[in-house]
Amino acid sequence: MKITNMKNSINIAVFIIISMSLTSCFNKKTPNYRYMPNMYTSVSLETNGEHEILPNEQVNILPVEGTISRGWKPYDYENTIEGKALATAELKNPLEVTDKNLEQGKELYTIYCGVCHGDKGDGQGILVKREKFLGIPSYADKGRNITDGSIYHAMMYGLNSMGSHASQTDEKDRWQITMHVLDLKASLNGEPLWSDTQKESMMASEDEMSENKSSEEETTSEEQH
Amino acid sequence: MKKVNYRNLSSQLSILSLAILLAFSTFTFAQESGDVVAGESLFKANCAACHKLDKKGVGPALRGVADKYDRDWLYKWIKDSQGLIKSGDSKAATIFAENNNSVMTSFPGLSNEDIDNILAYSSQPKPAPKVPATVSVADNGDNGINQNIIIGALALVFLLLVIMFYLVSKTLKNLKIASGQEIESESRLPLWKAFVQNQFLMLVSSIFMLLVAAYFMFGFFMQIGIDQGYAPVQPIHYSHKIHAGDNKIDCNYCHSSARKSKTSGIPSLNVCMNCHKNISEYTGPEDLAKGYTTEFYNDQIAKLYDAVGWDVDDQSYTGEEKPVKWIRIHNLPDFVYFNHSQHVTVAGVECQTCHGPVEEMEILEQHSPLTMRWCIDCHKETNVDIKGNDYYEKIHKELSKKYGVERVTAADMGGRECGKCHY
Repeated sequence: MKITNMKNSINIAVFIIISMSLTSCFNKKTPNYRYMPNMYTSVSLETNGEHEILPNEQVNILPVEGTISRGWKPYDYENTIEGKALATAELKNPLEVTDKNLEQGKELYTIYCGVCHGDKGDGQGILVKREKFLGIPSYADKGRNITDGSIYHAMMYGLNSMGSHASQTDEKDRWQITMHVLDLKASLNGEPLWSDTQKESMMASEDEMSENKSSEEETTSEEQH
Repeated sequence: MKKVNYRNLSSQLSILSLAILLAFSTFTFAQESGDVVAGESLFKANCAACHKLDKKGVGPALRGVADKYDRDWLYKWIKDSQGLIKSGDSKAATIFAENNNSVMTSFPGLSNEDIDNILAYSSQPKPAPKVPATVSVADNGDNGINQNIIIGALALVFLLLVIMFYLVSKTLKNLKIASGQEIESESRLPLWKAFVQNQFLMLVSSIFMLLVAAYFMFGFFMQIGIDQGYAPVQPIHYSHKIHAGDNKIDCNYCHSSARKSKTSGIPSLNVCMNCHKNISEYTGPEDLAKGYTTEFYNDQIAKLYDAVGWDVDDQSYTGEEKPVKWIRIHNLPDFVYFNHSQHVTVAGVECQTCHGPVEEMEILEQHSPLTMRWCIDCHKETNVDIKGNDYYEKIHKELSKKYGVERVTAADMGGRECGKCHY
C-alpha cells in the first residue's frame, strides 16, 4: 500500500515538473526555436544590423566624408544666420505646382509637421494642445518672412527648438511640404491659396507664350505671304 | 396640452449671465493688476518654444530676468534682438555669444504692455516643489502587496486542505484496521493488470494515445520558428502607447523609410531628439501597479540622452555616442523578400493591419504570425485599390477578363507566385 502511495506521489511530481518545464518554454521575452537558423540570417550585412567589422559595430553610419549617397543632393546654404538669410532670399522651389505634388505635400505635412504646427498651420498641433511643446508660432504671425527658401532651410537644419528633418524626408518631399506650407499661410491670412495664384500665373504665362507663338506664326505667315 | 419649449430657460439664462459676469470680472482683473494671467498665456504662446522658466532651453532660463536687465533694454531686445546686437550693445552681444549664437525671433507685434505682462509672469517666485502624495502612493503599493497576499493565502488554504484530506483518510484507515476490518484490496486483481489483460481496451487506448501524441507533436513542430507574441525587453523602454497612442504621432514620422524602402527602419536617435531636445521630463499619467512611474519614464529619457550624448544642462551634444542595441522583433527569414514601401505607399495598407494595435502597446509585441499562409491569405482577400491609377485600371480590365472576376485581388496580380517573394 505504502509503495503505491509513493509511486503516486512520484508520478504527480513528474507530471508537475513536466508541465512546468513546458509552460516555461513559452517565454515571451526570448525568440522561439527555428528550423535551420542559418537560413534566417544572411551572410551579407543587414539593415540596422550589428557587425564587428564596422565602427561601433553599427551598420547605420553616415556616408564617408566627401561622398554623396544615392538620391541625395548637396545643400549649399550653411547653417548660419547668413546662410538662412541667403536661402530665404534666393532659394526657389524647383517643383512644378501640380495637384499631385500638392496632395503629397499635404500628406507629408500631416505626418511630419502637423503634430506640432497643427494641420492648419496655426501652431495648434496635438503636442501643443497636450502641452508637450509650447509656443509654436502660427505661419500667419506678423513679422515672419516665410518664403520657399526659409521653409526648406528650416526643414534641412531645424530652427530653434525644431530639429532637422532632413533624415526623414528627401529633397522632393521637402519641396512638396514647402508648397503646402505656403498654401496654409495664405489660407490663414485669408488670402487666395498660394498654389492657385501660382497656377493662374503659370496659365497666364502659358497663354502669353502661346499668344507670342501665334503672333510669331502670324508674322511668319505674313512674311511668307 | 401645451408644449413647454423652454423649460430650462431660466436656469440656462442664469448660468449664461453668471458666465458673462465671470468672464468680464477676470478680464478687468487681468487689466488692472494681474498682468500675470495675461503674461502666462503670452509667455506660453510666444516664448515657451525656446525659453523655460527655471531651465535652460534653446534660450536662457527666464525667471527673474526683469531684475537683471533694464526695462527699456528688454523692450528693445524682445522687439528686435538682432538690431540691438548690430547697434553695438555690449550686453546684447555677450548674451548672443553665451547662447551659441542662436537668433531670437523678433516680436515687433508685442506692445510694451504685453512685455510687462510677460515679465510679471516670469518674475513670480518659484513654486515650492510639490510634496509627493505619499498617502496615495502607499495606497497603491498596498494594492500590489494585497494581490500577493491573496494569492499566498489561497495557496496556503489549498495546502492545508490537502494535508487535512490526507490526515483524514489516514485516520479512517487506522480506524478500520483498529476496528478489525480487513482491507480486501490485496485479494482483488489490481486495476492495471485487469487493463492489460483486456486486449481490446489496450488496442483502443493505445491508438487514442498515439493520436493525442501526434496531435501535440504536430502542434509543437508547427509553432517552431513562429514568434507571435514575442515581446523582448528593449534597452530603452520605449512606449508606443505614449507616442503613437496618446500623442498621436504618425508611425511614418519615426519609421520614415517605410514609405520608400524595403525596411521600415529603426529610427536613429536624432529623430528622437527632434522632440526630446525639448521634452526632458515625463508629465503623463502613471501606472503604479506595473511600475511605470514618472521617475521610471524620466530614467528612460535620461538613457536616451546618455546614448546620443546630449548634455541637458549645457543644451549641447558632447560627441560621446553609445549606439542603442534595439532588439528586432519582426524578422522574416532571409529567404523571403518583403518590401515595406510596396505595401505602405503603393497598396496603402495601414500599419496596424500587420502590426496590430501598436498604439495600445506599452511593450511592443509581434501581433501577426508572419507565416507564409498568413501572407497568402491576405493577398487572396485584399482587393487592389485601382482608383485614380491608370496603370492599374488597364491591368484590372485585362485581368478581370482573363480570370472572369469582378474585382482583382493582390493574389490575382501575382501575389501568390513563388518567385514574387522567394528568389
